[in-house]
Amino acid sequence: MQLQYKSQAVAKPYFIAAIGLFVGQILFGLILGLQYVVGDLLFPAIPFNIARMVHTNLLIVWLLFGFMGAAYYLVPEETETELHSPLLAHLMFWIFLVAGALTIVGYLMVPYATLADMTGNNILATMGREFLEQPLLTKLGIVVVALAFLYNIGMTILKGRKTALSLILLTGLVGLAVLFLFAFYNPANLAKDKYFWWWVVHLWVEGVWELIMAAILGFVLLKITGVDREVIEKWLYVIITMALVTGIIGTGHHYYWIGAPGYWQWWGGIFSAMEPLPFFAMTVFCFNMVNRRRREHPNKPATLWALGTGVMAFLGAGVWGFLHTLAPVNYYTHGSQITAAHGHLAFFGAYVMVVLTIISYAMPMLRGREANPERAQVLEMWAFWLMTVSMVFITLFLTGAGILQVWLQRVIPDPQEFMTVQDQLALFYWLRWIAGAVFSTGLVVYLYSFFAKDKPQTAEVGAAQPAAS
Amino acid sequence: MSAFFTKSMARNIFYGGTLFTLLLFLALTFHTTWTLPQRDHRENLTEQVARGKHLWETRNCIGCHTILGEGAYFAPELGNVYPRRGAEFIKIWIKYRPREGVPGRRSMPQFDFTDQQLDDIVAFLKWTSEINTEKWPPNIKG
Repeated sequence: MQLQYKSQAVAKPYFIAAIGLFVGQILFGLILGLQYVVGDLLFPAIPFNIARMVHTNLLIVWLLFGFMGAAYYLVPEETETELHSPLLAHLMFWIFLVAGALTIVGYLMVPYATLADMTGNNILATMGREFLEQPLLTKLGIVVVALAFLYNIGMTILKGRKTALSLILLTGLVGLAVLFLFAFYNPANLAKDKYFWWWVVHLWVEGVWELIMAAILGFVLLKITGVDREVIEKWLYVIITMALVTGIIGTGHHYYWIGAPGYWQWWGGIFSAMEPLPFFAMTVFCFNMVNRRRREHPNKPATLWALGTGVMAFLGAGVWGFLHTLAPVNYYTHGSQITAAHGHLAFFGAYVMVVLTIISYAMPMLRGREANPERAQVLEMWAFWLMTVSMVFITLFLTGAGILQVWLQRVIPDPQEFMTVQDQLALFYWLRWIAGAVFSTGLVVYLYSFFAKDKPQTAEVGAAQPAAS
Repeated sequence: MSAFFTKSMARNIFYGGTLFTLLLFLALTFHTTWTLPQRDHRENLTEQVARGKHLWETRNCIGCHTILGEGAYFAPELGNVYPRRGAEFIKIWIKYRPREGVPGRRSMPQFDFTDQQLDDIVAFLKWTSEINTEKWPPNIKG
């Protein structure tokens, strides 16, 4: 089986790199989970803050690899033309990968303060803020890669067919790049710093990334269900309207306690309480399209991932977000393990799963077949269930820890010290770690599924078995 | 719904709805920026506070602690550590962190700060604790 457009092949290294970095992210997740209960594990070689930075930065980078791979795969098919410059896409791949790898090596090998000195943080201080810890040079590299990527995708769309799906994807990607520029704004005033820091973090994950996610899901569903494009694209517009109308002012749910005026408790509360709507619409959309399918696509895991994304994004981003988004609740839960629970299920359910959806759909094609062998598909579906169910358990255990933490530290009449409370949460942290170990098993099965072949059917029924020796 | 609600209607609602909320958000941001000086007491934001923030960032404190509830949840909230512990406690705590950590316990690195740097950090934490946070956190424990 041939790719419809030769240049789609550039997506393959992007997907491989994404999976590789995903493995790294999970390894550091296991270290962090253990450090929660064995406090001095790997100290002082890899302190918690360094491991966490590697964990979260790898996540962001591998999702970006996934988004770029997705764009390079789907845009030629959508626009019905070859990619503007496959060479540029290859070049950017290596630049991004080397910059990313050097950054991670820098985090692990050099004290963070020294890294800051070495990489021009004294010229323009941008480091040391959550998720934006990257050295200035890396941040500039991200901008260069993003611009080259947008140029490449933009030129391709310009010369080809302009579908709503590809325009929605492009809007999301442009938003991603433009909002990242706020990473360079870091005033000495912490209140102002925090206010605009959220323009990157919140407006990414609860704003423009939802456009990218909707476009990727829409594309995969279009291909595997054969449902009419008009129907799918209409749904996409409805979803992204709800996403941006609720999500933009929903930023206000981060402005309750950081110095901004009190009215944000109303604006942020009301709008962010509606943020589950686009995710619910996505769930309904996924099931609706699969139920109305006009063909049986041989790639079963891809369908499973797509449906799983719909459900888990709604649970993680929608339900777990809503749990603590209203100001009177958030007053007690802000910055507790409840936040960590939500973060894990939301990132996994929405963005990890949508990238795994497009990889599941596209990777067999990139390897020259419409779908993987039966056994590989079965293994991939095992991986789906292992990872998804264990992530639900991680979330439940962290939620349990969070409720107890909030109660002991913030609700009871004689509140306890942070570390006194943490010691009492150890059981939840151990259970979370076990769930994390199951997740890792699922990831190993997932990796193995790429190499699994069908066993040749040669054994004869009733043939004599050789005796064990 | 297909007969009454077409794709181009959906698209127009998307453009209209997004533009409207974006403008509303920018208006609220403008108002916030305008009233923020009364809430963040920026008149007290000295060079020393700025140096303290720089130390806070370049030691990646946010990788373990929260500040005004944001950051990692591995170590105590520091937005109100100044009223909770006071300047001397904070300086001594940072200064005498064992280099190899505390056996079996969550450990904070030894940053080898000078006395001047310790004062800068304290100035930053003091200034931060005086931001109007709508009475968050609920109690002194953070």
